[in-house]
Amino acid sequence: MKITRRQLLILLPAAAVAWDSVLAGTPETSPNYKLTEHWWGMLVDISKCIGCGNCVRACATENNVPEGYFRTWVERYHVSDTDLANPVVDSPNGGKNGFPPILGSGGRNFFVPKMCNHCADSPCTQVCPVGATFMTPDGVVLVDKKYCIGCRYCIQACPYGCRFLNPKTQTAEKCTLCYHRITKGLTTACCEACPTGARQLADLKNPSDPIHEFLRTHTVQVLKPYMATGAKLFYNDLDGSVR
Amino acid sequence: MPVQGYMYPNEIELAWSVLIVLYPYITGLVAGAFILASLERVFRVEAVRPTYRLALLTALAFLLVAPLPLQLHLGHPERSFEMYLTPHRTSAMAMFGFVYLWYLMAVLVLEIWLDYRRDIVLLSQRTKGFERFVYRVLTLGSTNISENALRIDDRAGYIITLVGIPSAFLLHGYVGFIFGSVKANPWWSSPMMPVVFLFSAMVSGIAVVLLLYMFSSWYRKQTIDMRCVDTVARYLFYTFLIDFSLEMLDLVHRIYEADESFRSLDFMVHTRLYLSQVVIQIYVGTLAPIGLLALTQLLKLGEKTRKRIYAVAGSLTLIGIFAMRWNVVIGGQLFSKSFLGYTTYKIGFVAKEGLLTAVVLTLLPFAILWVLVKLLPPWPDCEPPAPGSAAPAHGDD
Amino acid sequence: MNSFKDAEHLLRVALVFVAATIAFVLVRAALVPRSFGEYGHYRGNAITEMAAQPVVFAGHQVCEICHSDVAAIKSAGKHVSVNCEACHGALENHVNDPGTVQPPKLDTANLCIRCHQVNGARPASFPQIVADEHSAGLTCETCHQPHSPLPLIGAGAKP
Repeated sequence: MKITRRQLLILLPAAAVAWDSVLAGTPETSPNYKLTEHWWGMLVDISKCIGCGNCVRACATENNVPEGYFRTWVERYHVSDTDLANPVVDSPNGGKNGFPPILGSGGRNFFVPKMCNHCADSPCTQVCPVGATFMTPDGVVLVDKKYCIGCRYCIQACPYGCRFLNPKTQTAEKCTLCYHRITKGLTTACCEACPTGARQLADLKNPSDPIHEFLRTHTVQVLKPYMATGAKLFYNDLDGSVR
Repeated sequence: MPVQGYMYPNEIELAWSVLIVLYPYITGLVAGAFILASLERVFRVEAVRPTYRLALLTALAFLLVAPLPLQLHLGHPERSFEMYLTPHRTSAMAMFGFVYLWYLMAVLVLEIWLDYRRDIVLLSQRTKGFERFVYRVLTLGSTNISENALRIDDRAGYIITLVGIPSAFLLHGYVGFIFGSVKANPWWSSPMMPVVFLFSAMVSGIAVVLLLYMFSSWYRKQTIDMRCVDTVARYLFYTFLIDFSLEMLDLVHRIYEADESFRSLDFMVHTRLYLSQVVIQIYVGTLAPIGLLALTQLLKLGEKTRKRIYAVAGSLTLIGIFAMRWNVVIGGQLFSKSFLGYTTYKIGFVAKEGLLTAVVLTLLPFAILWVLVKLLPPWPDCEPPAPGSAAPAHGDD
Repeated sequence: MNSFKDAEHLLRVALVFVAATIAFVLVRAALVPRSFGEYGHYRGNAITEMAAQPVVFAGHQVCEICHSDVAAIKSAGKHVSVNCEACHGALENHVNDPGTVQPPKLDTANLCIRCHQVNGARPASFPQIVADEHSAGLTCETCHQPHSPLPLIGAGAKP
């Protein structure tokens, strides 16, 4: 599909203006972004996830995630008809390069994308000895890599296994909900790259966000609810066998 | 094979290494040695007096080394002072800086200074050159060792030891709480963790002072005060019984409740953790020393036999308590929080957090103790003379 | 009756402690980062620093400004929810300099089957094929227009 030179001359300045508005406000957040107006979460629809691994790759690209570590990953579950309590799970390289053909025959098989749950009562921020990891007023749990001392207590305290120590910066790291994108009106890299809409960013404080309607019309779960972490990563169609 | 079953991808590599095993071991020895010293000072168990000063110096030597494994473990040790600037009140780990400093300066150093003050003043008058300078600095400029002043010192020392006992509990108990309060990890999460840590600390501290006293007496060709070691061994035995009961209670409770983590943990204990948990910690490190010590309590054994048993039991105890720390820290990271898999601990040798580093850090306190013992001799037969009298006839330090 | 003289050494110790505490308070006041505590127990500036991280995926809204014709085709077809960079990769470089930086040519042989190769864990309603048996060696875009894969293109005709 070719664009004519004339079209380009008209469209380029428009694109430049649009791009400027995307970048507007650096190094601050965009000038009309108010911390108190947002409460971020995410919705993952298991019934739509096809395990393509686009999200894992996009996150690694967007956030310079080192090889072998994962800010987000996809698991594949095989739940046999007779043994609900003992699923067989795999996640080859975090699902970054997709998945090989099915494991085992029969039973139920599905994909479960995982990432930081941005817990409202996060155990990880509770244990940080210096205040290097914290929840922003708009509901995102972040790590201040200029302040983190690398003690790894937060990594131990996370029930979901979503944190790791970055070998280059020697600080704790995890999904930031693409804070640098969502504060500029963009969606997260993983949501942008997801081809089926299985991942959707949700702003729980925005009355027109589709999450509210979704929560009213679907049965939605969180991981490890008994941990009372106040997780804001909501799953639609999450099977009981998911750990 | 490195990973068996399924581990969350970020769990495969262990976050806390052998250095984090070493830290509670070292602070445990500190707390235990101090509690033994307090037996004489506060609880007037006069029989253990010969070990009093040695126990304090041992505690100091280990306490000085305690921050080193932590500093070597941190991703940014140069930022560790942030714990003093902005300690996070909800984090047990944030307590470390203040509890450590309090215990080091306001308890241990102060108590040692007060107990040794008379010796320091006398030594500052007897020695020459650099040694004299060191002792003079240690006097803090005051040379008053009148009977009244010494009585004040004694009173102050008593109060400090009294404060020191809960401080020692805090110094080591908070480490137990660091693990015990992690709800994400069922191997760690337990209200009993600080108590178990504390009692096993007392066991290891008493054992190390017992061994050091016996060794140093043998090395200096001095007779061992059998009444002293018999008493110390008796306290070791009782404390060990309590410690063992606590650990058994935890085990029985786990097996009985059999919650969702049980099958995964049970499998781990029977496979990857079998050698360190069942063989080394339980059989070799707990049941064997308890059995040996029980023999000395129940039977009338000769002095030579008792000494041999104490030496063996003490050594096995130190190994067993190290294994206990290993099993808690490393064991808690070998299984997946999905309860579907296990990983392996890959320990380097010549690495920042490797085996060689751990060995050096374990031996370092003994080197420091050797220096302290030269500077402030703790031997009962080595009190410096009152000013003006002849030098005492005691053996070489 | 204890005279002050006999307790004087304790006073010296106390003075050392007081001096150390004062020194600590002063050093602390100097070293705690200015923005610490602005919103909570953390450096307030960390929020703005994180928000300033450079964007790598441009986001489909920007693509659609120039490529509105493609956007129109896509929004009417089965790939409506597939964003541009899901297939074309991160293209912020291209947006910054569209004339010189061209998006890389896509390896459709592997790209398409990454999603559409049959896999039992995929939802049954999701279109899946067995790649080896599906197209008798023809490339995907022989029959499917990538931006709107159905209905099929006339047999053999390229878009």
